[in-house]
Parts: sequence; C-alpha cells; structure tokens
Amino acid sequence: MITKRLAWLAMIAAAMLFAGCSSTGTKEGEGAGGAAVVEGGQGAQTAGAQQGGAWTGNPLDNPNSPLSTRKIYFDFDRSEIRPEFADVLRAHAAYLAGHPSTTVVVEGHCDERGSREYNIALGERRANAVKQFLEAEGVDPAQINTISYGEERPEAFGHDEAAWALNRRAVPVY
Amino acid sequence: MQFSKSMAALFALLLTIALPAQALEIEITQGVEGALPIAVVPFPYTGKGNPPAQDVAAVITADLGRSGRFRTLPLKDMLARPSRADQVDFRDWRAVNVENLVIGEVLPNGPSGFMVKFRLYDVFRGEQITGFSLPTTQHDLRSTAHQIADMIYEELIGQRGAFNTRIAYITSIRDRKGKETVHLRVADADGYNPQTIVSSRDPLMSPAWSPDGRRLAYASFEKGRPSIWVQEVFSGKRRKLTSFKGINGAPAWSPDGRYLALTLSKDGNPDIYIMDVRRRSLRPLTRHWAIDTEPAWSPDGKYIVFTSDRGGSPQIYRMPASGGKAERITFEGGYNARASYAPDGRYLTLVTRVNGDYRIGMLDTSSGDLQVMSRGKLDESPSFAPNGSMIIYAGRDRGKGVLAAVSTDGRVRQRLALQAGDVREPAWSPYYQQQ
Repeated sequence: MITKRLAWLAMIAAAMLFAGCSSTGTKEGEGAGGAAVVEGGQGAQTAGAQQGGAWTGNPLDNPNSPLSTRKIYFDFDRSEIRPEFADVLRAHAAYLAGHPSTTVVVEGHCDERGSREYNIALGERRANAVKQFLEAEGVDPAQINTISYGEERPEAFGHDEAAWALNRRAVPVY
Repeated sequence: MQFSKSMAALFALLLTIALPAQALEIEITQGVEGALPIAVVPFPYTGKGNPPAQDVAAVITADLGRSGRFRTLPLKDMLARPSRADQVDFRDWRAVNVENLVIGEVLPNGPSGFMVKFRLYDVFRGEQITGFSLPTTQHDLRSTAHQIADMIYEELIGQRGAFNTRIAYITSIRDRKGKETVHLRVADADGYNPQTIVSSRDPLMSPAWSPDGRRLAYASFEKGRPSIWVQEVFSGKRRKLTSFKGINGAPAWSPDGRYLALTLSKDGNPDIYIMDVRRRSLRPLTRHWAIDTEPAWSPDGKYIVFTSDRGGSPQIYRMPASGGKAERITFEGGYNARASYAPDGRYLTLVTRVNGDYRIGMLDTSSGDLQVMSRGKLDESPSFAPNGSMIIYAGRDRGKGVLAAVSTDGRVRQRLALQAGDVREPAWSPYYQQQ
C-alpha cells in the first residue's frame, strides 16, 4: 500500500514538473522535433522547458504529462473523486478547454462484486463524476461523452481487493 | 481411520452422475429424509441398427435427483434390471426400500427415429401409476427424457415439472491474445445442448425471456453504445428497441408479454421505464435522483420490484406497475439487489451480501424472512424455475464463472454441465408456449 502511494506521489510530482511545458502543446511547424531534442539534449529539463517542449508530439502522448494518467480510481460503491486525482483531472480539463474541437469519452467501470446492472448504474455515476469535474473546470459539456461498462470490462482479472481496486475506475478515452 | 471415514462421507456427499461426454455434479447438502426413494432402471435399446447415443434413464435420474424431491437408487444397488412389465418383481424393489420404480426401453421407429416406452410403478401397492410411448429422434432424445422426468415429477409431486425447459446465459471466451468474444447462449435446463444465438466483441448482458419462451430481450454494447434488443429465439430475427443516450439495460417482460420494464438514464440518472413493445411508447415509472434499476414484475403483473440506493445502500423496493409510491421491502443486510419473483408471487430471489460475500437469498414477502441459499463469495443473477422448484444462479469456481442451481428447499445444490469459458447471467425460461 505504502509503496503504491509513494509511486503515485512520485508520478504526480513528475507530472507537475512537466505541466508547464506540456500544456503549451506542439507548435505548428516544429515538425517531428528532432532538432529541438538535439538542441535541448544537454539537460533535458532546463533546455526542454525553455524551448517550449522537449516533448514535441501530441501532449496526450507525453508520458511525463499528467494527461498520461487515464485511470481515476474509486472507493467501493462510491463515485466521489479522490483528492489525489484532482490535479490529473485539472490537467485534462485544461487540455480540453485548450482544444475545443477535441472530444473525450469517459468510461465508468466497477469491480465484480454485486449485481451487474447495478454496477452499470454505478459505473455511470463514476463517469459522470469525472464529467462534472471537467465541466466545473471550464470544459464545454459538448466535448464530453460518457459510457458505463459496469463490471463487464475488468482491467485486472484477480478476485481480491488488489484487482478490485484497479477495476473501480473511470477512464477518459480521447 | 478418521481420515478414511471423513473421505467416505465426502464421497457420499459428492454424488457424481456420469453422463456421456459431459458430467453433472450434484451435491446433496442436507439429509434427504423427506425425499421420495425412486429407482430408474436403464432403458435398453431393443432393435437393429445403431442404438441411441443417449442414456435416457440416466437423464431422468439426474433430473429427479437434482430437484431435491427424490432420492434416486444407484445402479449398483439394483437387484434386477427389468425393462418390460412381465420382468418386474416388486419384491426386488421393496427389499431396497424404493417406493417408486421406472422402467422402459428404446425401440427403433422408422428409418431414423426412436420410440421410448416407459412405465412408472407404485412398488408397495404393486401397481402401474402411468406409462407412455413417446416417438422421438436422436436429436430430441434428451428432450424426451426430460419430458418423462416431468411426467414422473407431476405424477408423484403433484406439481408441473420444469426439466424440459431451457436457460439463456452469457459466456465470455478470451483468445490467446486476451481478446474477448461474448456469446448469448440457450441450452437445456441442465446445461446440455448449448446453442449460440448472438456473438459480439462487446458486452452482452441481462437476457430476459418473453413469457411465451419464444423471444429474448437483452442489452448489447455493440457499436460502442448500449442498446436493448428483442430477438426471436428460433429464427434469430431481432430488432433494436432502445438506444438512448446513457444506460439502456435490465429489460424485464410483463407477464402478458406486452410491456418491457427497463432502465434508462437518458434524463440524467438511471430510472425505470415501461415500454409498450408493439407501439414502442415509453412511460417513466420511477423518478428519483438515486440509482433505480433491475426491475422485475410480479406474476400477476400488478407490481414491479427494483434495486435502488435511495436509502444509501442498494435495497429492493416495490411499487405498483401503474406507478405510485415505492416501498422498501428488504431490511436485512447492507446489499440486496437483482430481485425476481417466484411463480407463486410470494417469494423473491435476490443477491444479498453476507459477511462480505455475495450470495443468493430467498425473501418471503409475507413474513420478511430472508433465507440464504448459496455458499459462494460472488454469487449473482438468480432466477426461479417456472415451477418454483429450483433457483439457477451464477457463481465462481477457481476464478471461472459457472452456473449452479439450488432446490428451493435448500437441500440440493448442483453445478451445471457447461463447456469452457466464463459463464454468467443465467435466466430460466418459462414453459414454452406453442403459438
């Protein structure tokens, strides 16, 4: 549990470090960015930031961006956004607000416990919780669709709390 | 010695009846003192040509045994194996305390058909109770055996049998790359003769039989969005009923087959609606900010029960099908869901959480008593046999979804014979009605 938390904290910290550059996005004409990478190659952090992005691909694909976090996890039978996911969702909100023509489908999922149709309803609640968070952060509602898969599409196939925790999730799919 | 004694007890409990190619596991969970002792003698094939590939008597024996109402005599305890009336000596059966005896034979009937003859006797009175000759084919032989089991059941129990009925269920199969294919299947009530009627790369859910047993409603996620379909079981013809924004799920037929209750979230959150199947008109039944889902009709069509978390946890509520006030009817436990009625309208079967495990419960709506019927950790999707004698449900065994049935007296629990894959969401068919 503790190591998992630490891993999350590290990820979030890394995400925050890179938040500034990733949100600027790819500039027109920068091309594949080979040159930029070479230029900033001596110290990826400083040079990259100065150049407006060591990552010159689609910011959604930047593994160092909080946008790369696509799994928002939930407690059992709950649909409240846990505080540790607020920054990740704010990054997604900023991205969507900055790209008004981009749409996202938020999938809601549950663990296998309980009845299946109730879980479809619970999964929809989770997807809606993410949708509402994004809307509160300024995203146009028309950019966000939701679908609940309930317990029909598990991510982890175990039958214990470790697997269940991974399956209680909402996933923004761009 | 202690060890071997307990092993012997274990073997006595796990009475396994071997059938060709597949196996049925029947677990007698409690003493069967009240069960009727009966012997079903193997039916020999008396004729030229190829004998049938089904052991008719074994199918009848398995049916009667799993109902919990009969104690079937093992083959090895039979002192004789008569197949015709003149071969029966009732002393052979009184000696082993059998009250009823079934004998029979299979004869050729035309170029590719069979005739199954059977007789049911009262051993102590030394009289024949009933007897029939049933024409059949190789293909329908199991069905004929189920019909015979139904006749015996009705004759001796005084209630219509439900062995010659079917189940619908969902199977999920993953290929080597982990890619999933989901099938909606229909099989005999004992799990044999499975046939796929829908396959999809996307989830299929919640099969529901029409009251005449000719159509199935189900939810499908094909094309990336949920929709409700109605499909004719025999022709495979189907039509899309709903595909609203949001949830389209949990279809349930009214007893007259005219309406479907279903769950839609098109207006913001899951509520129950009633659709006139022919006119496609829709009226809302519940309007609540909480989750309302999993509707089921009472046998008289007057009430709908459903799952709602309006009180803070999922519980079962009941309201008039014409609309009105919802009344909570489950109070034991923190999780009760997916209720459906027994044919008598008094009992409900549902999923109930017991010490963190999800089990099948049976609620007496008159007294409010909730009886736990299963022993698994993740049991779900229960439904009654059309005569109310058994409940079928889905459970897990070594991580795999399996189907099981329990007699409503709780005495006999059984795992159904089904092939590979993850099996779930069984729905027991009503009695099939000819048009």
